[in-house]
Amino acid sequence: MENFTPYSSLIGGIIIGIAATVLLMVGKIAGISGILEGLLPPRPNDRLWRFIFVIGLVLGAAIYPLVGGDVGYIELNPYQVGESAHLVLLIVGGLLVGIRTYIGAGCTSGHGICGIGRLSARSILATITFMITAIVTVFIMRQIVGE
Amino acid sequence: MLNLISLISGTLFGFGLALSGMLSPSKIVGFLDLFGNWDPSLAFVMGGGVLVTLFSFHFLLKRRSPLFAPRFLLPSKQDIDRHLLSGAAVFGVGWALGGFCPGPALSSLAYGNIEVFVFVGAMILGILAAKYATGYFKAAPQGA
Repeated sequence: MENFTPYSSLIGGIIIGIAATVLLMVGKIAGISGILEGLLPPRPNDRLWRFIFVIGLVLGAAIYPLVGGDVGYIELNPYQVGESAHLVLLIVGGLLVGIRTYIGAGCTSGHGICGIGRLSARSILATITFMITAIVTVFIMRQIVGE
Repeated sequence: MLNLISLISGTLFGFGLALSGMLSPSKIVGFLDLFGNWDPSLAFVMGGGVLVTLFSFHFLLKRRSPLFAPRFLLPSKQDIDRHLLSGAAVFGVGWALGGFCPGPALSSLAYGNIEVFVFVGAMILGILAAKYATGYFKAAPQGA
Protein backbone atom coordinates (compact mmCIF):
# COMPACT_ATOMS: atom_id res chain seq x y z
CA MET A 1 0.00 0.00 0.00
CA GLU A 2 2.96 2.36 -0.38
CA ASN A 3 1.16 4.42 -3.03
CA PHE A 4 -1.88 5.09 -0.85
CA THR A 5 -2.79 8.81 -0.67
CA PRO A 6 -5.76 9.00 1.71
CA TYR A 7 -5.79 12.75 2.38
CA SER A 8 -5.34 14.17 -1.11
CA SER A 9 -7.74 11.55 -2.50
CA LEU A 10 -10.40 12.32 0.07
CA ILE A 11 -10.09 16.09 -0.44
CA GLY A 12 -10.02 15.63 -4.23
CA GLY A 13 -13.16 13.51 -3.94
CA ILE A 14 -14.89 16.17 -1.86
CA ILE A 15 -14.02 18.80 -4.49
CA ILE A 16 -15.49 16.50 -7.17
CA GLY A 17 -18.65 16.17 -5.07
CA ILE A 18 -18.85 19.97 -4.80
CA ALA A 19 -18.40 20.22 -8.58
CA ALA A 20 -21.34 17.84 -9.09
CA THR A 21 -23.38 19.88 -6.61
CA VAL A 22 -22.64 23.11 -8.46
CA LEU A 23 -23.80 21.59 -11.75
CA LEU A 24 -27.00 20.32 -10.15
CA MET A 25 -27.78 23.95 -9.31
CA VAL A 26 -28.51 24.39 -13.00
CA GLY A 27 -30.34 21.06 -13.06
CA LYS A 28 -27.65 18.95 -14.73
CA ILE A 29 -25.98 15.73 -13.69
CA ALA A 30 -22.17 15.74 -13.81
CA GLY A 31 -21.82 12.45 -15.67
CA ILE A 32 -18.82 12.99 -17.88
CA SER A 33 -19.76 10.35 -20.43
CA GLY A 34 -23.25 11.82 -20.77
CA ILE A 35 -21.86 15.32 -21.19
CA LEU A 36 -19.37 14.13 -23.82
CA GLU A 37 -21.96 12.02 -25.60
CA GLY A 38 -24.25 15.03 -25.97
CA LEU A 39 -21.41 16.97 -27.57
CA LEU A 40 -21.05 14.51 -30.42
CA PRO A 41 -23.20 14.47 -33.54
CA PRO A 42 -25.95 14.36 -34.43
CA ARG A 43 -27.41 16.11 -31.41
CA PRO A 44 -26.70 19.81 -31.88
CA ASN A 45 -28.97 21.85 -29.67
CA ASP A 46 -27.41 22.18 -26.24
CA ARG A 47 -23.76 21.84 -26.96
CA LEU A 48 -22.24 25.02 -25.58
CA TRP A 49 -22.50 24.30 -21.87
CA ARG A 50 -21.15 20.78 -22.47
CA PHE A 51 -18.21 22.13 -24.42
CA ILE A 52 -17.51 24.70 -21.68
CA PHE A 53 -17.68 21.98 -19.01
CA VAL A 54 -15.09 19.89 -20.88
CA ILE A 55 -12.86 22.97 -21.27
CA GLY A 56 -13.23 23.37 -17.49
CA LEU A 57 -12.09 19.76 -16.92
CA VAL A 58 -8.91 20.46 -18.88
CA LEU A 59 -8.45 23.87 -17.26
CA GLY A 60 -8.83 22.47 -13.73
CA ALA A 61 -6.18 19.83 -14.39
CA ALA A 62 -3.93 22.47 -15.97
CA ILE A 63 -4.27 24.79 -12.95
CA TYR A 64 -3.28 22.07 -10.47
CA PRO A 65 0.49 22.09 -11.14
CA LEU A 66 0.44 25.91 -11.43
CA VAL A 67 -0.65 26.23 -7.80
CA GLY A 68 2.04 23.88 -6.60
CA GLY A 69 0.39 20.52 -7.18
CA ASP A 70 2.66 17.63 -8.12
CA VAL A 71 1.76 15.73 -11.27
CA GLY A 72 4.89 13.60 -11.10
CA TYR A 73 2.76 10.75 -9.75
CA ILE A 74 1.12 10.23 -13.13
CA GLU A 75 2.13 6.93 -14.70
CA LEU A 76 0.31 6.35 -17.95
CA ASN A 77 1.41 2.76 -18.53
CA PRO A 78 0.04 0.79 -15.58
CA TYR A 79 1.08 -2.65 -16.81
CA GLN A 80 4.55 -1.52 -17.88
CA VAL A 81 4.16 -3.07 -21.33
CA GLY A 82 5.99 -2.03 -24.49
CA GLU A 83 4.99 1.07 -26.42
CA SER A 84 2.96 -0.66 -29.13
CA ALA A 85 1.23 -3.02 -26.70
CA HIS A 86 0.32 0.03 -24.61
CA LEU A 87 -1.20 1.74 -27.65
CA VAL A 88 -3.30 -1.37 -28.32
CA LEU A 89 -4.54 -1.36 -24.70
CA LEU A 90 -5.41 2.34 -24.95
CA ILE A 91 -7.29 1.92 -28.22
CA VAL A 92 -9.21 -1.19 -27.12
CA GLY A 93 -9.88 0.33 -23.70
CA GLY A 94 -11.03 3.63 -25.21
CA LEU A 95 -13.35 1.92 -27.68
CA LEU A 96 -14.94 -0.26 -24.98
CA VAL A 97 -15.36 2.67 -22.59
CA GLY A 98 -16.90 4.77 -25.36
CA ILE A 99 -19.25 2.10 -26.71
CA ARG A 100 -20.47 1.07 -23.34
CA THR A 101 -20.75 4.39 -21.60
CA TYR A 102 -23.20 5.24 -24.34
CA ILE A 103 -25.23 2.04 -24.18
CA GLY A 104 -24.87 1.55 -20.40
CA ALA A 105 -25.48 5.29 -20.11
CA GLY A 106 -23.04 6.15 -17.40
CA CYS A 107 -19.49 6.05 -16.15
CA THR A 108 -17.62 6.37 -12.88
CA SER A 109 -18.73 9.96 -12.26
CA GLY A 110 -22.33 9.63 -13.46
CA HIS A 111 -23.14 6.38 -11.71
CA GLY A 112 -20.45 6.36 -9.03
CA ILE A 113 -20.67 9.91 -7.66
CA CYS A 114 -23.98 11.42 -8.83
CA GLY A 115 -26.10 8.27 -9.13
CA ILE A 116 -25.14 6.93 -5.74
CA GLY A 117 -25.72 10.44 -4.36
CA ARG A 118 -29.26 10.19 -5.67
CA LEU A 119 -29.53 6.68 -4.21
CA SER A 120 -30.38 5.36 -7.67
CA ALA A 121 -30.60 1.56 -7.66
CA ARG A 122 -29.52 1.51 -11.32
CA SER A 123 -26.37 3.42 -10.51
CA ILE A 124 -25.46 1.37 -7.47
CA LEU A 125 -25.82 -1.84 -9.48
CA ALA A 126 -23.92 -0.41 -12.45
CA THR A 127 -21.08 0.70 -10.16
CA ILE A 128 -20.83 -2.71 -8.53
CA THR A 129 -20.88 -4.38 -11.95
CA PHE A 130 -18.12 -2.31 -13.52
CA MET A 131 -15.97 -2.59 -10.40
CA ILE A 132 -16.20 -6.39 -10.54
CA THR A 133 -15.36 -6.70 -14.24
CA ALA A 134 -12.55 -4.16 -13.87
CA ILE A 135 -11.04 -6.07 -10.93
CA VAL A 136 -11.26 -9.34 -12.86
CA THR A 137 -9.66 -7.69 -15.92
CA VAL A 138 -6.74 -6.37 -13.87
CA PHE A 139 -6.31 -9.80 -12.28
CA ILE A 140 -6.15 -11.44 -15.72
CA MET A 141 -3.79 -8.76 -17.06
CA ARG A 142 -1.47 -9.35 -14.10
CA GLN A 143 -1.38 -13.05 -14.91
CA ILE A 144 -0.49 -12.27 -18.53
CA VAL A 145 2.06 -9.48 -18.09
CA GLY A 146 3.25 -10.20 -14.54
CA GLU A 147 3.60 -7.81 -11.65
CA MET B 1 -25.57 31.53 -16.00
CA LEU B 2 -25.60 27.98 -17.35
CA ASN B 3 -22.29 28.51 -19.10
CA LEU B 4 -20.61 30.15 -16.13
CA ILE B 5 -21.78 27.37 -13.79
CA SER B 6 -20.58 24.75 -16.29
CA LEU B 7 -17.14 26.35 -16.35
CA ILE B 8 -16.95 26.49 -12.54
CA SER B 9 -18.17 22.92 -12.15
CA GLY B 10 -15.87 21.53 -14.86
CA THR B 11 -12.84 23.36 -13.49
CA LEU B 12 -13.49 22.17 -9.93
CA PHE B 13 -14.02 18.66 -11.24
CA GLY B 14 -10.75 18.66 -13.20
CA PHE B 15 -8.83 20.13 -10.28
CA GLY B 16 -10.35 17.58 -7.90
CA LEU B 17 -9.37 14.73 -10.21
CA ALA B 18 -5.78 15.99 -10.42
CA LEU B 19 -5.51 16.42 -6.65
CA SER B 20 -7.11 13.06 -5.94
CA GLY B 21 -4.52 11.16 -7.97
CA MET B 22 -7.08 9.83 -10.41
CA LEU B 23 -5.27 11.19 -13.47
CA SER B 24 -2.77 8.38 -13.14
CA PRO B 25 -3.86 5.11 -14.79
CA SER B 26 -1.41 3.34 -12.48
CA LYS B 27 -3.38 4.49 -9.45
CA ILE B 28 -6.65 3.36 -11.02
CA VAL B 29 -5.19 -0.06 -11.80
CA GLY B 30 -3.60 -0.07 -8.34
CA PHE B 31 -7.07 0.21 -6.82
CA LEU B 32 -8.46 -2.53 -9.04
CA ASP B 33 -5.50 -4.77 -8.20
CA LEU B 34 -7.19 -6.25 -5.14
CA PHE B 35 -5.01 -9.35 -5.22
CA GLY B 36 -1.74 -7.49 -5.77
CA ASN B 37 -0.27 -4.32 -4.37
CA TRP B 38 -3.59 -2.73 -3.47
CA ASP B 39 -3.96 1.07 -3.38
CA PRO B 40 -7.30 2.04 -1.75
CA SER B 41 -7.08 5.73 -2.82
CA LEU B 42 -9.93 5.53 -5.34
CA ALA B 43 -12.34 4.42 -2.62
CA PHE B 44 -11.48 7.61 -0.73
CA VAL B 45 -12.15 9.72 -3.83
CA MET B 46 -15.52 8.11 -4.38
CA GLY B 47 -16.26 8.22 -0.67
CA GLY B 48 -15.44 11.94 -0.52
CA GLY B 49 -17.57 12.66 -3.57
CA VAL B 50 -20.55 10.62 -2.39
CA LEU B 51 -20.30 12.14 1.08
CA VAL B 52 -20.99 15.53 -0.50
CA THR B 53 -23.57 14.44 -3.08
CA LEU B 54 -25.61 12.32 -0.65
CA PHE B 55 -26.09 15.42 1.43
CA SER B 56 -26.31 18.15 -1.22
CA PHE B 57 -28.42 16.21 -3.74
CA HIS B 58 -30.91 15.40 -1.03
CA PHE B 59 -31.52 19.08 -0.35
CA LEU B 60 -31.28 20.30 -3.94
CA LEU B 61 -33.62 17.63 -5.31
CA LYS B 62 -36.24 18.40 -2.67
CA ARG B 63 -36.84 21.68 -4.47
CA ARG B 64 -39.28 21.79 -7.33
CA SER B 65 -36.66 23.36 -9.60
CA PRO B 66 -32.88 23.90 -9.49
CA LEU B 67 -31.51 27.15 -8.04
CA PHE B 68 -30.51 28.67 -11.37
CA ALA B 69 -32.59 26.89 -14.00
CA PRO B 70 -36.25 26.23 -14.73
CA ARG B 71 -36.07 22.46 -14.39
CA PHE B 72 -33.94 19.43 -13.59
CA LEU B 73 -32.54 17.30 -16.36
CA LEU B 74 -32.19 13.96 -14.62
CA PRO B 75 -31.73 10.45 -15.97
CA SER B 76 -35.27 9.20 -16.43
CA LYS B 77 -34.66 5.46 -16.63
CA GLN B 78 -35.56 3.49 -13.54
CA ASP B 79 -35.42 -0.08 -14.76
CA ILE B 80 -32.54 -2.45 -14.33
CA ASP B 81 -32.09 -4.25 -17.60
CA ARG B 82 -29.43 -6.22 -19.36
CA HIS B 83 -28.33 -3.11 -21.27
CA LEU B 84 -27.38 -1.41 -18.05
CA LEU B 85 -25.56 -4.42 -16.66
CA SER B 86 -23.83 -5.55 -19.85
CA GLY B 87 -22.93 -1.94 -20.54
CA ALA B 88 -21.41 -1.49 -17.12
CA ALA B 89 -19.60 -4.84 -17.42
CA VAL B 90 -17.91 -3.89 -20.70
CA PHE B 91 -17.17 -0.42 -19.36
CA GLY B 92 -15.27 -2.02 -16.48
CA VAL B 93 -13.11 -4.06 -18.87
CA GLY B 94 -12.23 -0.98 -20.94
CA TRP B 95 -11.55 1.07 -17.80
CA ALA B 96 -9.16 -1.57 -16.49
CA LEU B 97 -7.34 -2.02 -19.82
CA GLY B 98 -6.65 1.66 -20.49
CA GLY B 99 -6.61 2.84 -16.89
CA PHE B 100 -8.86 5.73 -17.87
CA CYS B 101 -12.54 6.53 -17.56
CA PRO B 102 -14.04 9.51 -19.39
CA GLY B 103 -13.45 12.26 -16.80
CA PRO B 104 -9.77 11.66 -16.09
CA ALA B 105 -9.11 11.01 -19.79
CA LEU B 106 -10.52 14.40 -20.82
CA SER B 107 -8.83 16.23 -17.93
CA SER B 108 -5.49 14.61 -18.74
CA LEU B 109 -5.52 16.23 -22.17
CA ALA B 110 -4.16 19.23 -20.21
CA TYR B 111 -0.73 17.60 -19.96
CA GLY B 112 -0.40 16.95 -23.69
CA ASN B 113 0.58 13.27 -23.63
CA ILE B 114 -0.01 11.50 -26.93
CA GLU B 115 -1.30 8.39 -25.12
CA VAL B 116 -4.20 10.38 -23.70
CA PHE B 117 -5.15 11.70 -27.12
CA VAL B 118 -5.15 8.12 -28.44
CA PHE B 119 -7.47 7.00 -25.65
CA VAL B 120 -9.83 9.96 -26.02
CA GLY B 121 -9.92 9.50 -29.81
CA ALA B 122 -10.82 5.81 -29.41
CA MET B 123 -13.44 6.68 -26.79
CA ILE B 124 -15.11 9.22 -29.11
CA LEU B 125 -15.06 6.66 -31.93
CA GLY B 126 -16.64 4.16 -29.56
CA ILE B 127 -19.47 6.52 -28.65
CA LEU B 128 -20.11 7.34 -32.31
CA ALA B 129 -20.05 3.64 -33.23
CA ALA B 130 -22.55 2.85 -30.47
CA LYS B 131 -24.81 5.67 -31.60
CA TYR B 132 -24.65 4.40 -35.16
CA ALA B 133 -25.25 0.78 -34.16
CA THR B 134 -28.27 1.62 -32.05
CA GLY B 135 -29.86 3.57 -34.89
CA TYR B 136 -29.53 6.86 -33.07
CA PHE B 137 -28.61 8.76 -36.23
CA LYS B 138 -31.73 7.61 -38.05
CA ALA B 139 -34.00 7.97 -35.06
CA ALA B 140 -32.89 11.48 -34.06
CA PRO B 141 -35.51 13.97 -35.09
CA GLN B 142 -34.04 16.54 -37.46
CA GLY B 143 -33.36 19.90 -35.90
CA ALA B 144 -34.48 18.80 -32.46
